[in-house]
Amino acid sequence: MSERNHSAWSPSSRELQRRALRRKLSRKQALIAAVSSILVLGTLTTILVTSPGWEVVKATFFDIQYGKEVFPTVLKGLWINLQLTFFGGVAIGIIAMGLALMRTTKSPALTPFRFLATAYVDIFRGAPLILIILLVGFGVPALRLQGVSSNVIVLGTIAVVLTYSAYVAEVIRSGILSIHPSQRAAARSLGLTSGQTMRFVVLPQALRRVVPPLLNDFVSLLKDTGLVSILGVTDAVRAAQINASRTFNYTPYVVAAILFLLITIPMTRYTDRAIRHRTQAQNSEGAI
Amino acid sequence: MANVLELQNVRKAFGSEVVLNNLSLQVPEHTATVLIGASGSGKSTLLRCINLLETIDDGQIFLDGQEITDPSIKVDDVRRKLGMVFQSFNLFPHKTVLENITLAPVKVQDKSEDEAYEIATKLLSRFDLADKADQYPDRLSGGQQQRVAIIRSLAVNPRLLLLDEITSALDPVLVNEVLSIVRDLKLDGMTMVLATHEMGFATQVADEVCFLESGNILERGSAEQVLKNPTDPKTQEFLKRVHQAGRL
Repeated sequence: MSERNHSAWSPSSRELQRRALRRKLSRKQALIAAVSSILVLGTLTTILVTSPGWEVVKATFFDIQYGKEVFPTVLKGLWINLQLTFFGGVAIGIIAMGLALMRTTKSPALTPFRFLATAYVDIFRGAPLILIILLVGFGVPALRLQGVSSNVIVLGTIAVVLTYSAYVAEVIRSGILSIHPSQRAAARSLGLTSGQTMRFVVLPQALRRVVPPLLNDFVSLLKDTGLVSILGVTDAVRAAQINASRTFNYTPYVVAAILFLLITIPMTRYTDRAIRHRTQAQNSEGAI
Repeated sequence: MANVLELQNVRKAFGSEVVLNNLSLQVPEHTATVLIGASGSGKSTLLRCINLLETIDDGQIFLDGQEITDPSIKVDDVRRKLGMVFQSFNLFPHKTVLENITLAPVKVQDKSEDEAYEIATKLLSRFDLADKADQYPDRLSGGQQQRVAIIRSLAVNPRLLLLDEITSALDPVLVNEVLSIVRDLKLDGMTMVLATHEMGFATQVADEVCFLESGNILERGSAEQVLKNPTDPKTQEFLKRVHQAGRL
């Protein structure tokens, strides 16, 4: 539209009135939000601080001096968790994608693989992670196979990867199935092969749709890497445990928990924001 | 006749692009106002502003004399009085035809299931869709889907019906079955604002035709006047192009 219109316009008195009213309404809402927050958080804090055992809890769980002392050890343990999450995450992504594609394929030649993938998912999604860790961690070395590592970190990672690829495969598969058949029809009618349709049309939409649940799984993965501590890996949980059992002060656990939160919370926020931006960019209707 | 809808000096801009510029419009009760104009002339935005899907930047909109652009008004209450039908139908794919129609009467108007069911079946049989009641939208043709969408908006007995290019996604045969519903509604006395590219249809139902150009109404009047004897050169140019495209 013309620049002239744009520069000639100045808000009418009614519009100015309306803006003032909108400002007033949003101030009112901010006030309500503040009062309700103070009430709720204040009540919770009061309940906590006035509870009979608070002093003891404070001394054994929130000992700041001791927390500072164990911080480097726990942080070093956390580095193990992060490495495990990173390498495990990459492996999980690749395996899970393969499983999801195998389970959704209709090609007759791949039928046995479809069965195998289904069986794999059934087993590893159904068994508790801690059992898989124990079985892999203690069972595989007992086989004494040539060339198979008996490093507990590697074995722990393998156990976590086995279980999580089953979870993630199911998330990806549900994303693939959620894409409307008309999309496939449109792609196939353009002459794309079934593989190309999957790669260029279905998967990009499906993956976008499953980003939030995948992030959920990623956060779970980071936390569950703490479980490999039962094999004797000195990760953040284990490091905290060693210190706590030495002094009977549980502050190291709190330190470990805070360190985990420092990673997971920003990650969640960032992804939420990324998803929102992309939704807005794709959707002209905007928010209602 | 009282105005059901009145727009006074409405302005809407997206960034530096002014989509509606100082636009005023009155829609008296029981009349149909047809908005014509090229794509991007602001027809859809106008309807979305009336439905409060967009917040206007200036001016006022009144529904039955009440200003609905007041920030403290309850948006849901306003929308309850308005029916809107979209170009792309927007039926809920996980609900059957009957469930699509009864959702708002039951959840918004607190009608009983039986009552809503009765309203829905009455409307469905009136518009020859009784046998589709238990089908899911994806099983219907485009024309049937759009007729269901119109029935869905009628089921809450709206004060004003907004129709946004409701036949643009349909083939000429299906267009007719949809437009015949609108003609029926016109005879019933429903107050309507329509954006359309169907000039022949506009001639049949319009009490007033408004030609939108660059966010303003450039020419308005009866269908006879605007579509047959336009005075503004831009209207003439637009209608000439429509005519060349074989749509008049």
